[in-house]
Amino acid sequence: MSDVVLPLLVALPIMISVLPLIFGLKYENAGWPIAMGGSLTVLALAVYTITEVAANGRLIHALGNYPQPYGIELVGDELSTLIVLLIGLVSVLVLVYSRTRGPYGNAFHSGYLLLTGGLLGVVLTGDLFNLFVFLEITGLVTYALVASDRSGKSAYAALKYVFLGTIGASLYLIGVGYLYVATGTLNMRDLQGAIETVGYTDPLIQAAFGFILVGFALKVALFPLHTWQPDAYAYAPDSVSAYISALVSTAAAYALIRISFDVFTVEFFLVNDLISTAIMAAASVSIVVGSLLALMQTEIKRMFAYSSVAQFGMIVAAIAVANETAVFGAIIHLFGHGLMKAGLFMAAGILAAVYGARTIDEYAGLANRSPFTAASIAVIGIALIGIPPSIGFLGKWFIGLGAVEAGEWGVAFVIFVSTMLTLAYVFRIIEKLYFDPPGDPHGHGSDHEHEHEHDGAATDGGHELVADTSAVTVGMVVMVVSITIAVVALGFSWELFFDLLAPVLERFFQ
Amino acid sequence: MTEATLVDVFTTRHAYVMFVLLASIGLYMMIANQNLVKKLIGLNMFQTGVFLFFVTTAFVQGGSAPVIPPDGSGGPFVSPLPHVIVLTAIVVGVSLTAVGLALIIRLYTEYGTLRADSLREVMQNE
Repeated sequence: MSDVVLPLLVALPIMISVLPLIFGLKYENAGWPIAMGGSLTVLALAVYTITEVAANGRLIHALGNYPQPYGIELVGDELSTLIVLLIGLVSVLVLVYSRTRGPYGNAFHSGYLLLTGGLLGVVLTGDLFNLFVFLEITGLVTYALVASDRSGKSAYAALKYVFLGTIGASLYLIGVGYLYVATGTLNMRDLQGAIETVGYTDPLIQAAFGFILVGFALKVALFPLHTWQPDAYAYAPDSVSAYISALVSTAAAYALIRISFDVFTVEFFLVNDLISTAIMAAASVSIVVGSLLALMQTEIKRMFAYSSVAQFGMIVAAIAVANETAVFGAIIHLFGHGLMKAGLFMAAGILAAVYGARTIDEYAGLANRSPFTAASIAVIGIALIGIPPSIGFLGKWFIGLGAVEAGEWGVAFVIFVSTMLTLAYVFRIIEKLYFDPPGDPHGHGSDHEHEHEHDGAATDGGHELVADTSAVTVGMVVMVVSITIAVVALGFSWELFFDLLAPVLERFFQ
Repeated sequence: MTEATLVDVFTTRHAYVMFVLLASIGLYMMIANQNLVKKLIGLNMFQTGVFLFFVTTAFVQGGSAPVIPPDGSGGPFVSPLPHVIVLTAIVVGVSLTAVGLALIIRLYTEYGTLRADSLREVMQNE
């Protein structure tokens, strides 16, 4: 009966999400403890699920006991529980962080739990239409959370996200409709055989994959469909940026991996050579342009946002390479990127809270004043480049290795170029933090749009930075530092990942 | 049906033609119109096109409503599943419209305009 944990994982956060609003009628600060309780429960369930799945293989739960393939089922295999664990971890970490950093209020905490539930639904569902519903739940809450600091800019960013995110989900829905017309089923496990029967070269199947792919490309923000993402990450409150950058696109990329290999299967890529080549080309452009755009940014959060465009480009490229090594790398990178971006956005949020520093120039000399936070940014940045030992290295290494194994030298070369570009922009930050004297930024004449500051932390043109240490607690720094340690420590753990994911990879590439 | 001509497509597959038309007009409206409310209407139209597609796929020639009597007789029935899907998707669409309109109202109170181009201009000067 251990499969009951799957519906619990999805339903609990969604049910608890109404509590902050209900208790909020009586107690003003009810939101945070309830959200924390919910997140800790999710984390505990996630740990339980992953140990259970690692020991006994995948769990399948038929909702309402409807027989397959008519009912909806939830599937927890090694891959999905790994992402579930990431969701549980990040939601607890970010919540500790947001306690002092905000946003506050019961509505935010309701949204936070709802988002957690939606993400868990995306990851655990085994039904294509159910996946659409959870994607939309995730999307809806994300739009609201991005706008939760009530500034005009964040509302504009959120609205942009509404338009593009909805188009993405609708395109996915069209793809699902095509698959339904072609096969008459929506259950992922059932579809696998049904698609094979219809034939991988059937135009309907190919079109369905095309729509699903473009839909997810919008959701994971591949170039040139990424335009919503930098605005959303840059103008959202810092805690929300950390959360959504770590998880929302990750869940969509996970769903793309799941659909590509569990529904369409690797045969589909082998038969439709043109499709995999096209995906690789698009993803390669995304990798290079994302890295270049990141290099050109002066605002830290925008830089990290564009870096995500490049990293997700790598993951999608690995899907198109479609061999065991590359997909293994993609999964590690998915997990690692989530952790790294959560850490980077949280660290950037701390520096913004204390010094009001939001651009690279304003970071000058901050390493002396906030040694732990600055060191975290530096170490995670180095991990993002892909220097061992770090989880960033593992992901990139296996994707690159897979590309070489498949003879896709173009992809391997593009990853190398992107590594160089990442080196360039990460070292710009590190140089500013450690080697530039404070209070003497180079380009402080340029008036950038860091006009709206939060929480009273103020800058006066970048001259003498006014520190507001009350905006940060030790707990926030501890969270960032522990992510940093995890990012490095996981660099030694590829065997752990490999043992865990071996059954999934075997199923994908039998 | 060996060789479907264009006329055949328009006369027998008109619902699919409508789906494509609605979706493309909606998409175009969302991209090309500068008014945020009209963009949202375009988005709704796009979604409506998708709904029409699903409803159309459920149709069975001569099928009746899928209410199966206890003895299991009757038929053919139209497929109920796409209808359920569309119902759910409509609910999702309504909530999206609500969120979108709420954001547009906030933008309007903040900047006093509904046009995307002037919004961008105002925000750049901010």
